[in-house]
Amino acid sequence: MRELDNIKKNLLEQVADIHEIPAGAYSLRVDGKLFGKSNSENIEIVAKTDKQGIDIYVKPGTKKESLHIPVLLAQSGLKELVYNDFHIGQDCDITIVAGCGIHNGGKGESEHSGIHAFYLGKNARVKYIEKHYGEGDGNGKNTMNPTTVAELAEGAYMEMETAQIKGIDSTNRLTKATLADKATLIVREKVMTHGTQRAETRFEVDLNGEGCNTHVVSRSVARDSSTQLFVSHVNGNNACTGRTECDAIIMDGASVSAVPEIMANHPDASLVHEAAIGKIAGEQLIKLMTLGLTEKEAEEQIIGGFLK
Amino acid sequence: MLELQHVCFSAPLESGGKTEILNDINLKISERFMAITGPNGSGKSTLAKIIAGIITPTSGRVLLDGEDITDLSITERAKRGISFAFQQPVRFKGLTVKDLISLAAGEKLSISAACSYLSEVGLCAKEYINREINASLSGGELKRIEIAEILARATKLSIFDEPEAGIDLWSFNNLIKVFEKMHEKINGSILIISHQERILNIADKLIMIANGKVAAEGTKEEVFPLLFGTTAGCRFTEGN
Repeated sequence: MRELDNIKKNLLEQVADIHEIPAGAYSLRVDGKLFGKSNSENIEIVAKTDKQGIDIYVKPGTKKESLHIPVLLAQSGLKELVYNDFHIGQDCDITIVAGCGIHNGGKGESEHSGIHAFYLGKNARVKYIEKHYGEGDGNGKNTMNPTTVAELAEGAYMEMETAQIKGIDSTNRLTKATLADKATLIVREKVMTHGTQRAETRFEVDLNGEGCNTHVVSRSVARDSSTQLFVSHVNGNNACTGRTECDAIIMDGASVSAVPEIMANHPDASLVHEAAIGKIAGEQLIKLMTLGLTEKEAEEQIIGGFLK
Repeated sequence: MLELQHVCFSAPLESGGKTEILNDINLKISERFMAITGPNGSGKSTLAKIIAGIITPTSGRVLLDGEDITDLSITERAKRGISFAFQQPVRFKGLTVKDLISLAAGEKLSISAACSYLSEVGLCAKEYINREINASLSGGELKRIEIAEILARATKLSIFDEPEAGIDLWSFNNLIKVFEKMHEKINGSILIISHQERILNIADKLIMIANGKVAAEGTKEEVFPLLFGTTAGCRFTEGN
């Protein structure tokens, strides 16, 4: 196996919490090309032939396995569009760790757009963790536009945790899901923007099955003069429950917009939306200052906890 | 030792003008356990917040061990050894009980060290240590966690602003035991604002504030008759 240099090792640690090539099934993409991949007994990864990306097949009944599919970009100015399709067999219970790290040391705009499609079989359970991270000493922009499409069959359960905390100048995230009977989709999104960054996230969830359920939680912090837009559409098309929450801390000269839409097309659909945008409460700062923290340290603790 | 010299505080009124909350307060606090009591609206909490630096007095000085700390920030006072337990503990999304106790102790605590403070205030540590300080905790639970933080800080002056407020009778009985224990063990001074006879009972010295002034000061034998006499409340308010 080829070795990663230190810049790429750091990116890998930031997005996947691992230092080396992962054990088990993985696919590692570096600078626009497949760097390495490995199948396990139950998880097969096949490179697409018609476009960039991979197909992942997880055998029915696969339990307690994990799959890593990190993407690293260290070449300034590289733009790529990648399609990854996940075919999860019924009764599986697996964890998928994705994520993209960009190191842009030049002046060019680096961009990674990933389109991930998940097909969960009956009663399959997936925990999907995705981290986005950017860094660079040049002035090049880092852009990431992730699209996630999920189709959940009867009784399927998907938990999605996404985090974008540092260094991404522009992001346009779209998550679309359709749920069959008794399926569950939980989304926890964390976003922090600085400088002049812009982050847009959109959720479109169709609750089609009887007894299906979704809970979308977005927590974000907008600093400096960054801007954020949160849009959610949850459609209750059957006897179902849906809840979306958008909770944002606004600082400095930032701007945050939350546009929730819940639509009930069935009398037994129960849908809730909560949205709150505000600065850090003064009493929270005072409380931490009485413990000996400076105002700045108190602010960092509050934000750190909020996005944990 | 804490000393208040001629402390006055007036707050602006919505209708214009000002209302006087504290008027020429002079106090020396060196006892191990001192309690401040008095009717609602008499200025007790304001006084406690002035000591912690949360409120700036209109005039007068605050001294800690001889040093004038009137112009010091909340943070600087905290670092010099003043702790403050809020009447209504503040909630945080995301910060856990362990986070706050660690911040209070000023170091990253092991689970067992953090748990020992929770056990002191009668909370089953395992159940609470990783809970978020959010709306899922009851008022009584938050109060105890607040007290555990003050224990973890172990500073020379600990101020408690009405620890009994918002606590049910059963929890209160346990809380009394916590303060009795604290009285025995603490190295510094405790200043507690309370209306509860059982808390006042533990105090070495009592101060009664009424209408923004020190209305009485002394041992419980001296002050209790004034407090619990049939006309005590009126006598003081009319006296001013």
